[in-house]
Amino acid sequence: MTRVALTGNGAVALALKQVEPDVMAAYPITPQTEIAQNYAQYVADGAVKTEYIAVESEHSAMSSAIGAAAAGARTVTATSSQGFALMWEMLYIAASLRLPITMPVITRALSGPINIHCDHSDSMGGRDSGWIQLYGEDAQEGYDNAIQAFRIAEHMDVRLPVMTMIDGFIISGAIGPLETVADEDVKNFVGEYQALNPLLNVEQPVTVGAFDSLGGWYFEHKVAQNRAMENAMGVIEEVGAEYGVLTGRDYAHFKTHEIEDAEVVLIAIGSAAGNVKSVVDQLRANGKKVGMMKVRTLRPFPYLQIAEALSGARAIGVMDRADSFGAQGGPLYLEVRSAMLEAQSRPQIFNFIYGLGGRDIFPNDIESAVETLERAAAGEKVSPTRHYLNVREG
Amino acid sequence: MQEITEIRWHARGGQGAVTAAKMVAEVALSQNKYFQAFPEYGPERSGAPIVAFTRLSDGPIQIYSAIEHPDYVLVLDPTLLDVVDVTAGTGENAVVIVNSEEDAADVGTRPEMSGKRVYAVPATRIALETIKRAIPNTPLIGALVRVSGLFPLEGVMDEVRDSLSKKFPEEVVDANLEAVKRGYEEVSGI
Repeated sequence: MTRVALTGNGAVALALKQVEPDVMAAYPITPQTEIAQNYAQYVADGAVKTEYIAVESEHSAMSSAIGAAAAGARTVTATSSQGFALMWEMLYIAASLRLPITMPVITRALSGPINIHCDHSDSMGGRDSGWIQLYGEDAQEGYDNAIQAFRIAEHMDVRLPVMTMIDGFIISGAIGPLETVADEDVKNFVGEYQALNPLLNVEQPVTVGAFDSLGGWYFEHKVAQNRAMENAMGVIEEVGAEYGVLTGRDYAHFKTHEIEDAEVVLIAIGSAAGNVKSVVDQLRANGKKVGMMKVRTLRPFPYLQIAEALSGARAIGVMDRADSFGAQGGPLYLEVRSAMLEAQSRPQIFNFIYGLGGRDIFPNDIESAVETLERAAAGEKVSPTRHYLNVREG
Repeated sequence: MQEITEIRWHARGGQGAVTAAKMVAEVALSQNKYFQAFPEYGPERSGAPIVAFTRLSDGPIQIYSAIEHPDYVLVLDPTLLDVVDVTAGTGENAVVIVNSEEDAADVGTRPEMSGKRVYAVPATRIALETIKRAIPNTPLIGALVRVSGLFPLEGVMDEVRDSLSKKFPEEVVDANLEAVKRGYEEVSGI
């Protein structure tokens, strides 16, 4: 294992290079990230044999990826922000055609006002598109998830597209240490690609994307998609454990820290989970019974496991870097709150919206969230509506 | 608790602050330390004030917010002192290293420098005399190494040589090494 200094973008591009898919289709201009640029460089340098399709929009990027995957190619693309939004229509088609495309997403805000910075508005908007969603905290997790995505997507019990997220700029543009896996080990781990009913197999002609009328099987297709998601729940864990054997870094649906005797627990996704963990360590040193959970798998959502893990807490704070306007709270909050109906005991659950449009989240913001939870745990009445961290008042 | 050294770089676009933050990260990698280097993102324009950050530690770094209370502040352009509050958020004993033709004692008379440990290095002059371009980042790195003792000078020189040799001819590499060394030697306030 080698240790290198890379940005989050560089780490993810390296993972894709090591896998060396057959086709990469990407829109080469902003809001695209350096992932597409670095990969184009690999192609130009002859470091990979991938067919690189530079397209004229993100809608075309996903359309080309769908075409390539349906033809029988191992296919990737990458996107961010408005580009993700422009792919919208085709995300559903990739998932419903059961094409195992993988896509790193650098999570950034959606306009307006025009904003290029980090939040989760882009990927959270795609959470019902039928794609598996894995979130990483840092460049290492972005790299590791990008590799595992191929195994999960291509598993014959799953065959769904997978998107892997890291936070825009905070991780994508920051340089940190990365432990890389040897090229050969990555290739062996992902294995040979097995296309299922490829269009280019003239021995067995198939139709892809046909019309399905009232008497057809649309409903059953949707049931099958959800069944594949349920299968993915176990496959993600198997692949994560196997990756752990290879690298020493094993992956589950979520990770907890100091949760066993915790009275209050904060839940976060993405880079903020690291900030929360640092604050939890500090507060623990002061004798506070605080714990945290970092969620990796948002789709499929591991609601039973999460309910079990959190049932000992008295108050839970769910941190969202995106909002679901008019809903009871942000997207992660809605998931966790709903999951907790399955729990043995029913903790109080609060929502903390933070970091929209790249607004920073400082240790004292996280401490203030913990204080709110402690007040609730002590029996004080705390408002069930959204709490905002580091927002300007007035 | 894990000790993290936090550095904030103030510069103008084009002076190589982001490159310097990256270079320090590469040095940390070569010294088996943990590190994080990131610019404050925005529409970067040549000449506009910019900020970049570096975190260094012996263990994994899991905090990703901007640095609020830096241990070290590096100012690559002396004209920024009148424009930007470079000591914002710094505590007593914070180290401020300024690229300046004035010596440390003179820079230290500025009111915002009160209570800080102030150093100065004529980094632009050194850069012009060595690499022949007004990019003061490498002499500043030399000064940082001297003042902080974070890394051995030799380790830094090796890393700068390795990283620049991939892209530049020998005379450019040697000029940059000379710039680091002169920054190390000529910093005042020690």
